[in-house]
Amino acid sequence: MVDKFITLDSSMVPLNIENIDTDQIIPARFLKATTRKGFGDNVFYDWRYNSDGSPKTDFAMNNPKYNGNVLVVGNNFGCGSSREHAAWAIYGAGFKAVVSSFFADIFRNNALNNGLLPVQVSPQFLAEIFQAIEADPQTKIHIDLEAQEISLPVANITENFEISAYKKECLLKGYDDIDYVLSLKDKIEEYETRNK
Amino acid sequence: MNTLFDKIWDAHTVDTIAGGSCVLYIDRQYIHEVTSPQAFEGLRQRGIPVFRPAQVTATPDHNIPTVNQHLPASDPNSRMQLETLEKNCEEHGINIYKVGTPKNGIVHVVGPETGTTQPGMTIVCGDSHTSTHGAMGCIAFGIGTSEVEMVLASQCVLQTKPKSMRINIEGELNPNVCSKDIILYIISKLGTDGGTGHFIEFAGSTIRSLSMEARMTICNMSIEMGARGGMIAPDQTTFDYLKGRENAPKGEAWERAVAEWSKLKSDEDAIFDKEVTFDAKDILPMITYGTNPGMGVAVTGSIPELEEIPAVSETSFIKSLDYMGFAPGDKMEGKKVDYVFVGSCTNGRIEDLRAFANAVKGKRKADNITAWIVPGSRQVEKQAIEEGIKATLEEAGFELRQPGCSACLAMNDDKIPAGKYCVATSNRNFEGRQGPGARTLLAGPLVAAAAAVNGVITDPSKL
Repeated sequence: MVDKFITLDSSMVPLNIENIDTDQIIPARFLKATTRKGFGDNVFYDWRYNSDGSPKTDFAMNNPKYNGNVLVVGNNFGCGSSREHAAWAIYGAGFKAVVSSFFADIFRNNALNNGLLPVQVSPQFLAEIFQAIEADPQTKIHIDLEAQEISLPVANITENFEISAYKKECLLKGYDDIDYVLSLKDKIEEYETRNK
Repeated sequence: MNTLFDKIWDAHTVDTIAGGSCVLYIDRQYIHEVTSPQAFEGLRQRGIPVFRPAQVTATPDHNIPTVNQHLPASDPNSRMQLETLEKNCEEHGINIYKVGTPKNGIVHVVGPETGTTQPGMTIVCGDSHTSTHGAMGCIAFGIGTSEVEMVLASQCVLQTKPKSMRINIEGELNPNVCSKDIILYIISKLGTDGGTGHFIEFAGSTIRSLSMEARMTICNMSIEMGARGGMIAPDQTTFDYLKGRENAPKGEAWERAVAEWSKLKSDEDAIFDKEVTFDAKDILPMITYGTNPGMGVAVTGSIPELEEIPAVSETSFIKSLDYMGFAPGDKMEGKKVDYVFVGSCTNGRIEDLRAFANAVKGKRKADNITAWIVPGSRQVEKQAIEEGIKATLEEAGFELRQPGCSACLAMNDDKIPAGKYCVATSNRNFEGRQGPGARTLLAGPLVAAAAAVNGVITDPSKL
């Protein structure tokens, strides 16, 4: 059910802020839908729009010089609420990967379960990316999931990133987690019998 | 040499797969109206039923109004979510505590008070504050909606085993310090990512001395330091709390259960990946000044100066103070407050209402304060009426509202207006958390009471 992720070459949208919580990614008042669709329009709503609905021009997503489908963010991204709507909103806004020096646990799982790749890099690598974007907003990043590599060609640097072998397989092939767990039904029932 | 966490986790591991992910069996899933509809929709698309409906309990809480609960929610989208939850539960045979019925309330208040949450269990809910239940000596953590769907489908969830961490608090607490101050203090010291990747066991003489409800407040906020969850080994306090609750074991089964639960503790020689110890005497009544729960100081203290902030965090610190309308070095005492919110899964239990009521008894709410006192559940509300808490509050100029998540996340009509300051006993002071532009100061019920009476931030010992 998730879209495949293999490689990605893209310019980036930078949000150089630490501890961006899921309330900023998608404020609670937008959580009232009963489907997974439509959250992209409201991603970062209170940072993106003034109270009269006009766009805030100093917010990176509203600045046409920044584009592409990679979001680059400060340390400890996605902390706070477990709302998967945060991953839906980022993915729904067209992003395929998020790069940070740290992701909150639940957000990382939610992203992976929706085909959005969280790429954790070193603080130095992250600082290099932000600098490169500042020098040239069209700077490209290259992400290779199979090799677990992220590179910033303009600075001639490459890093490896971690991902669980199982999750990597799911993303590369577009496999569905729930189908996998359902295939273990016999083992689950055996467990239940043993622990009655 | 196993930790309490290891023991429960390993006993619930059905299988381990490539890359070390575990298929973890879940004893109990709680669901609410906001993070479950898409999970049920997923089941419908797959054409599969809920695997073990008897192990799922539902209670609507996030969207519900805290006045006139006999009427439908005014916002059509909220109403739609509430109706969808009822429909899904009916269709799949899931027990639901509907709005306005005697057992309804915030999911993390209802679980323990009905005795549904028990030591040794694995518990999940599509809500990060599921960590609350860990206070009863179980593994409880928040999950996303895809995982809610997975648990509905299989009663299992795929998880990587987190690292272990123990936080010890030793010694006697200072006067007017409650468990909220303990956890705000810990987060202010360790930071909002201090527990990331770890599951925390809270231990030490101070923790042992706390009531069950006070322990819940601490485990509740373990997520605010990034931890997967928090837990406390069950003991006599836990058993006394559980005994006689409707879903707790009865008779002989109770005796057997207590014998098993008594074994649930970390071995003497258990090794934790991380261990920290704090001295209770260093903890004073706390309040936050910024836009994450780690930005806290003693009520009698001041906001840090810019020089005290690491260079990499400077931008975020300035952005945060700018949002709050504060300056580096500002003293917290005497700052103006507009709203006081007492409630939520963090501090919406009877002990919290009792502490607040005792503090305001015989005094008057300040004229500049709008106060929302929201019980965590119908049962808490009932007890507050029976104990005379409601009457005490009313005499002091406060009113008791109906239960729900309310202004903790402002999904219903309980929103703090832009620019206003709210001393809140809830768990998050994020930008806009209590409404667009709202400014939240997190604190315990005693600091909230002192602010409500004086109209400004006040050290509770000076009330």
